Amino acid sequence: MQNIHASQVRPPFYRDERVLGVFSQILVVVIVLGLGLFFFNNMITGLREKHSVAITFSFLTQTAGFDIGESLIEYSRERTYLRAFVVGLLNTFQVAVLGIIFATALGILIGVMRLSTNFLVSKIAAVYIDIFRNIPLLVLLIFWAQGVFLKLPRVADAIVLADAFYLSNRGVAIPWGLPTDSWGTYLIVLAAGFIAGAVLAYFLREHGKRTGRMPLVTLWFIVTVAAVGLIGWIVLPQPMTLDVPTLEGFNTQGGKILSQQFMALLSGLIIYTAAFIAEVVRAGIQSVSKGQREAATALGLTAAQTLRLIIFPQALRVIIPPLTSQYLNLTKNSSLAIAIGYPDLFAVAGNTILNQTGREIEMFTMIMGTYLSLSLLTSFLMNIYNRRIRLVER
Amino acid sequence: MSENASADEIIICQDVCKWFGDFQALKNCTLRVQAQEVVVIIGPSGSGKSTFIRCINRLEEHQAGDIIVDGIPLTRDVRNIEQIRSETGMVFQQFNLFPHLTVLENITLAPIQVRKMKKDEAMDTAMGLLNRVGIPEQADKYPGQLSGGQQQRVAIARSLAMSPKIMLFDEPTSALDPEMIKEVLDVMQELAETGMTMLVVTHEMGFAREVADRIVFMDGGEIMEVGTPEHFFTNAQHERTKLFLSQIL
Amino acid sequence: MTTAAGTPTDRSVLPVTERYTLLGWLRRNLFSDLFNSLLTIVAVASIFIVARLILRWAFNTAEWGVIPANFNLIMRGQYPAIEAWRLWLVIYLLGTTVGLVWRLIVGQFNTTARILVAIPLVLMLIPFFSMGTRLYLMITAVASFAGYFIAGYLPIQHRGRAASYFVMAYLVVMLILLRGAGADDGPMPPVQPILWGGLLLSLLLAFFGITLSFPLGVLLALGRQSKLPAIRVMSVIYIEFIRGVPLISLLFMGQIMLQLFLPDGFPLVDRVLRALVAITLFSAAYTAENVRGGLQSIPRGQYEAAQAVGLSTYQSTIHIILPQALRAVIPVLVGQFISLFKDTTLVALVGIFDLLGIARTIIANPDWLGTQQEVFAVIAVLFWIFSYTMSFASRRLERRLGVGQR
Repeated sequence: MQNIHASQVRPPFYRDERVLGVFSQILVVVIVLGLGLFFFNNMITGLREKHSVAITFSFLTQTAGFDIGESLIEYSRERTYLRAFVVGLLNTFQVAVLGIIFATALGILIGVMRLSTNFLVSKIAAVYIDIFRNIPLLVLLIFWAQGVFLKLPRVADAIVLADAFYLSNRGVAIPWGLPTDSWGTYLIVLAAGFIAGAVLAYFLREHGKRTGRMPLVTLWFIVTVAAVGLIGWIVLPQPMTLDVPTLEGFNTQGGKILSQQFMALLSGLIIYTAAFIAEVVRAGIQSVSKGQREAATALGLTAAQTLRLIIFPQALRVIIPPLTSQYLNLTKNSSLAIAIGYPDLFAVAGNTILNQTGREIEMFTMIMGTYLSLSLLTSFLMNIYNRRIRLVER
Repeated sequence: MSENASADEIIICQDVCKWFGDFQALKNCTLRVQAQEVVVIIGPSGSGKSTFIRCINRLEEHQAGDIIVDGIPLTRDVRNIEQIRSETGMVFQQFNLFPHLTVLENITLAPIQVRKMKKDEAMDTAMGLLNRVGIPEQADKYPGQLSGGQQQRVAIARSLAMSPKIMLFDEPTSALDPEMIKEVLDVMQELAETGMTMLVVTHEMGFAREVADRIVFMDGGEIMEVGTPEHFFTNAQHERTKLFLSQIL
Repeated sequence: MTTAAGTPTDRSVLPVTERYTLLGWLRRNLFSDLFNSLLTIVAVASIFIVARLILRWAFNTAEWGVIPANFNLIMRGQYPAIEAWRLWLVIYLLGTTVGLVWRLIVGQFNTTARILVAIPLVLMLIPFFSMGTRLYLMITAVASFAGYFIAGYLPIQHRGRAASYFVMAYLVVMLILLRGAGADDGPMPPVQPILWGGLLLSLLLAFFGITLSFPLGVLLALGRQSKLPAIRVMSVIYIEFIRGVPLISLLFMGQIMLQLFLPDGFPLVDRVLRALVAITLFSAAYTAENVRGGLQSIPRGQYEAAQAVGLSTYQSTIHIILPQALRAVIPVLVGQFISLFKDTTLVALVGIFDLLGIARTIIANPDWLGTQQEVFAVIAVLFWIFSYTMSFASRRLERRLGVGQR
């Protein structure tokens, strides 16, 4: 005889599925927190012996007292530690943004070469990829800085390319634009061009949605902006003059000088990351099955239409996530700048400031917080993007 | 103590309800199964048949109502869940054999790990079961090397190795090529003849007519009708049962 | 990579006359149309220019004397020369172990085995090696043969298990040999890890980094897949934190702050050990993500079937889920090992003399000023050989395991 309502009787707590689940979580949390507390306590005790206040960020407003080789914003040794930190951060951004742009371009080129039907071209790309994927980036960077850029001739004997680029062991001098009085007006014209392009793009897209034949919206946008820019350049009296460096005695004059460290870091990062991006691009294009190509051809689409409407959207879906992680890798890898003397975030904050102030906890919190928020922001945007383009599947 | 059940009732489900989010998958399902009985559950896809039998061995958690298996109430009590699982065997639509283990290892794993059986003994039992399902020569192969029908027979042998009192079948022939369905159904019929209590979700009406003691028709998460095969195929009461039968027969 | 039948490269569909002729091949692959021909010409020209640049440098400009002069330093760093026999013993035993394990697991002396045995023999051809070194290399080859043949006569039932015991025994013996034991004037005096260096240290750091991080990584991966929210959240926080920051910041933190976290007198004083802790913590987060990929590839039916036959969560994880998940991610883990091997170079920035650190000391030596190109080229080539070989082997392994095809 059995009571069928027996199943409403609560089991003893030590056999209750839910209680056990909650209990094991509490156990793990307590162990982890306990360990954390133990480390934290040791740290605080250690720090008390060293500083009067265990943790404080007030030193950031003190005078830094050291120089930084290059800076995007105004900086001198009289400025604060915080200012120095920002200088490093901006230098990291500079290398990362330029690196990402050029590495993407080079990576796509090599990835497409790898898929070429031309045997030699494809093999050259394969060799490039196999070489640079298998050499440590740090070795490449140091080799590049010390074995190539430092071995360039002195400024007086600089290698001159096209009468405008001077390669020397001090860096590379390149022509650079100098804004004139009408530069401000020209910027307004450019902004107007952007707005006009955006409006045009919006209407083209709406039109495309109505007719089902999407015009080349991006192309039209670029054409509009370029046209307005060109007209403005012609109409306005010289918004910018080109400043070409010249050799005068032992120095170059004019133009823009990209330091040896910056060039070594940037080109090293580009060469290395391009090899990885090339693989991402190749895999993405190959992931679109032959059946898709055949189906498009069978429907009568031209080769260009197939590429634009069928292959490209599908390949992009595969390419974007690993490409983003390559971008993040490049950004994190730019911290190797410390090995070749470029003052990026880590070199300034993790080395110079830390050594001067002895504030380990504070500096590492700031450095890691910065890199971390960069990563988290990127993956957050990635997730949104992924959700938007995800294939609807059962 | 008014709702006492007879000791022969090996599965008792009383007003079982289950929700997936807002969607109610099971609505007050009540069913009592006698020991040694073969009950076949039929119904359109999405009617909650699979969810219902998956609740019985706690692959899904029911949220209201009572389930009692062989006198053990199915609650959050982990000991009860363990006991019920070791007394019920389950055969899945997709076989779910362990691809990294040989056929023999698939069958002996649970007896050795859960029942703490000696390895030799477990192997002997396993070979006996493989003989019973008719494929002793496949013992040392991996599941990937077998046909679908053979895999499903291994899956049945794997469940039997724990000497369960009840066998649950979740559409065991739906993933099979037509020529392999019969070999699996034959094994199931033979199993029924040995007096195993069986709960079978299937679309095989021939099997239902020949082997089932009772047929349960489910639709929209509810048990609409329960009856003997003769009753069902000649004299169904419910409109929806008639509609369903007319569509598939 | 699919080359289905019927593509233009498939020989069988071409007219008979074009099938195997050199001219036919050239036309198809290099000169199929005008654009292709142009590409070919540009490619040939660039290959010529680059090759000339490199060859000229290698044969005319470069001063290779720095390499033989510092060869021991590059290989083993500051490890005392008088104790070098211990390193050779480690290598002989490695040969023997590989031979043993090969017989037990692969079972046949195939092409790959021949290549493996050929490695020490080929190394004997390096011109500046002394006769002693050549003899030791010869012994290594003989030792691996010996291991292979001995394994054939061992009465062993569980081959896989025996192989893993041999490997573990080797690791213990290796560590004892490297680290030494007993008195300073004894037969095998201790050698502090800070003296280990060069290629030896790079390989050891990568190997122990991945090995030690493995269990932690697997636990984190399981934690991230757990049904229990608190455990899941903590795993996610750890993994995302580590993956979000550069390794160099962890290494610096390890050197500067590890000591702060531990109570006074905790014996984690060696720089190399501190770096190893940082590398392990770093690598674990990446292992976790890779293993998670494997866990996600396992269909839900496997969990359900394991539950249905009565296995507990622990039992089904150990016997059903992990074996399948780990098998699926072996190639990815090899890839991770390769990148960790490359990443160990970063320890050079925290004052440890791995391959790169040693290279930096060599070029700082007044005797060898201006030899950056030669030294770094050799270091790069060494790294390249190791990591390319490993990724090549991993690709073959992937094909053999048939990952992705059930």
